[in-house]
Amino acid sequence: MADRAHFAEQALPLAPQLYSAALRMTRNPSDAEDLVQETYLKGYRSFRTFAEGTNLRAWLFRILTNTYINIYRAKQRRPEETELDDLQDFYLYRRIGGIEEALAARSAEDELMDVFTDDEVKQALEDLPENFRLPVLLADVEGFSYKEIAEMLEIPIGTVMSRLHRGRKAMQKALFDFAEQRGLTAPPAPTPSDEKPDTVVETQTEATHG
Amino acid sequence: MDDCDEILRELEPYLDQELSPEAWRSIHAHLHGCLDCLHVFDFHAELRMVIARKCREDPLPPGLLTRIENCFGTVDLEESGTAGFGEAAPA
Repeated sequence: MADRAHFAEQALPLAPQLYSAALRMTRNPSDAEDLVQETYLKGYRSFRTFAEGTNLRAWLFRILTNTYINIYRAKQRRPEETELDDLQDFYLYRRIGGIEEALAARSAEDELMDVFTDDEVKQALEDLPENFRLPVLLADVEGFSYKEIAEMLEIPIGTVMSRLHRGRKAMQKALFDFAEQRGLTAPPAPTPSDEKPDTVVETQTEATHG
Repeated sequence: MDDCDEILRELEPYLDQELSPEAWRSIHAHLHGCLDCLHVFDFHAELRMVIARKCREDPLPPGLLTRIENCFGTVDLEESGTAGFGEAAPA
């Protein structure tokens, strides 16, 4: 049984992570703040049920996710189950994978880091429909396992995997669109590569927003 | 399992660290000898890192931590003043 007196000390250092995740979920600073506060309140009230020695971070993220879904679903009346366009696999790689070679002077890691701004990456994630945004956030940003995500979202593991797959592709397309807008898809120097990103036929489809 | 298409189909569970040790080793071995697949895996591993880093650097709103701690005090007060509330089940 966990002692409430230690809750603040153990749980508050996780506030920046919870707040960032709450921002990606609610897409609104004021709602995110309320969500984090509500999460801590619930966590404090039920801390006696937390099994000491287990993962406090996963426990708090589960409360955060449940609280968000409950508030969100109450507002929406029915859960949003938006479908995504069927996109090509490795969407971004097929289009900008060559940028790395074109900018060979620096490490590939720094390049991809510099291609997109923080705001663009956040936007690309936040623009995903809710049923795809949560799995991608929990896996790719927070590093939770399929099993943990399945438990948090109360969906089967197979559904977690397929939503991750489609959500990630949609996010890559959004990132590609940002890169294209800024003219980053045409490498500054020609490369001997036979793969030219601008010759790839792209289907023009619009993302649907619920 | 040396077909590149099959290897690429396992990219996500590989990066998600959700493969069995045998499947992981088999892919790892393929990547050691196949530069094309290695590029694809590297790209996505980097992308994953970029996304994770860029999506978790939001500064906390000033005063949020204090407001949260004040909530704890309110809960303690509520519960101490409410007889029978939240009683634990007998052990």
